Amino acid sequence: MATTFTIRNLGLPVSRRAAAATSEQAWIRWLLIGTAVVFLAVFLFMPLAVVFTSALAKGVSVYFSALREPDALAAIRLTLIAAGIAVPLNLVFGIAAAWAIGKFDFFGKSFLTTLIDLPFSVSPVVSGLIYVLIFGLQGLLGPWLAAHDIKVIFAVPGIVLATTFVTFPFIARELIPLVEAQGNEEEEAALTLGASGWQTFYRVTLPNIKWGLLYGVILCNARAMGEFGAVSVVSGHIRGRTNTMPLHIEILYNEYQFAPAFAVASLLALLALATLFAKTAVEWKSRQHAKELARMGEAA
Amino acid sequence: MRLNFKQQSILPGFGLALGFTVLYLSLIVLIPLSATFLKASTLTWQQFWHIVTAPRAIASYRLSFGASAIAAGINLFFGLIVAWVLVRYEFPAKKLFDSLVDLPFALPTAVAGIALTAIYSRNGWLGQYFDRIGIHSAYSPLGVVIALTFTGLPFVVRTVQPVLEDLDKEMEEAAASLGADRWQTITRVLVPAIMPAALTGFTMAFARAVGEYGSVVFISGNMPMRTEITPLLIITKLEQYDYAGATAIAVVMLVVSFAMLLSINLLQAWSGGRTRAKAAAAIVAPAFSEA
Repeated sequence: MATTFTIRNLGLPVSRRAAAATSEQAWIRWLLIGTAVVFLAVFLFMPLAVVFTSALAKGVSVYFSALREPDALAAIRLTLIAAGIAVPLNLVFGIAAAWAIGKFDFFGKSFLTTLIDLPFSVSPVVSGLIYVLIFGLQGLLGPWLAAHDIKVIFAVPGIVLATTFVTFPFIARELIPLVEAQGNEEEEAALTLGASGWQTFYRVTLPNIKWGLLYGVILCNARAMGEFGAVSVVSGHIRGRTNTMPLHIEILYNEYQFAPAFAVASLLALLALATLFAKTAVEWKSRQHAKELARMGEAA
Repeated sequence: MRLNFKQQSILPGFGLALGFTVLYLSLIVLIPLSATFLKASTLTWQQFWHIVTAPRAIASYRLSFGASAIAAGINLFFGLIVAWVLVRYEFPAKKLFDSLVDLPFALPTAVAGIALTAIYSRNGWLGQYFDRIGIHSAYSPLGVVIALTFTGLPFVVRTVQPVLEDLDKEMEEAAASLGADRWQTITRVLVPAIMPAALTGFTMAFARAVGEYGSVVFISGNMPMRTEITPLLIITKLEQYDYAGATAIAVVMLVVSFAMLLSINLLQAWSGGRTRAKAAAAIVAPAFSEA
């Protein structure tokens, strides 16, 4: 109390000096803000804006007919199928990995965590190629698959596999640090009180990680629906059959059908915006959750 | 003496969870990746060396690594400014800018690719001004740098931001009260504190850029020896049914990306445990980096 009083009493010169030493002059501040805003506007706002203006450049009717066209519908359907299989697979994996790595200490744990990150560091093109080298006609299993008339490459299974590979770490990555930070006490208490393993997971662990889980699923889904390089290698680009939305965009664009290409692209851009919105919402929710826990901790 | 593989715990499900994790990891990631090395081993060393050092391959490495380094450098410079401005200053629509930083993570690369091409091509929003001063911003190495700058934009911002947020203002006040001027405080107190995170972000942006395909192929023009990136060279070889050639180049890329992964891990270890968890989370999980 006394110190505060003294400092206040010294008046303006001191506080101005303190401000100058721990902050910047106004013109520097505005220069930095201006630089950041221009940079973000050019690199983030402009691409978004160009997608929507180009999509609507030829009018609303061209926009909607581009989306209703059979090939576009087939591409949308295939994208939904690929994401609909890849995301649940990686969700189950993410939960298992988070339980094993987040709740237990064992030899080789950090090595295993690094291995889970591998798909992030592999080029999308290489991610597609590795499946061609296994399941392709020239691949390791190629002759056997051909003899049994099973098509993986240039068919839907290859697209699902490639999508699964590139989205592999997303949910696990999200959950592992979260489960680790939560600690084991609550689960141990539940078990001691007679809950079964599944009950403990379902009633104790899951509620604690639900926002992280949701965010992981949203991110995983965005990448699964938008993947281009890996899917491009394994798809074979058969119109109406093995084209996902990004591949359909590429074909339209290369045929100089710009407005339809951007129309399909605008759907994916909307998905991206929805993903960012969900991220902000989940962030807010999880902060509320943390605040609540802190309040409960104070009360107890 | 018995080595304990796992520490004691009363929680159930370790065997099931770990078993499934390892099985799924092997099936989806490890076995397919090793197939690449298996396939490459059918080549003799001379054949392999001949493919990966062909002039067209060398030109593609030069472009891929050069453009990635420049783009990561641009992102380091602007990323530090953006992170600083977002943490320390108040300005209109700050929240909006903050959430949009992650756009390159969320926007499909093909969409980014055609959007950037539309902006920077000769009659595009910005391309027309570049054209007027005689610079081709699309269908040139510059276009590759632009696309890679977009893809790598969030990394430095998202690794540096939490570190800046956590930095005690008292440290700066202490420096100031000991007589340091603002510039000295920045170079002696702030820069050392955010350096490891900034370098981690730089390396992540670089690693991501080296493998990037979708956002680049539209804007680069794909001319062999001039604007052909390494991932595109792999696709070209595949389309010519040159599987051995594609595999050899892919092995080079895989070795490079493993090296990058290792250096990212080392960088994070260097920056210390607490920042490590944060920087790691920042790759995909900026939302929980403060948790």
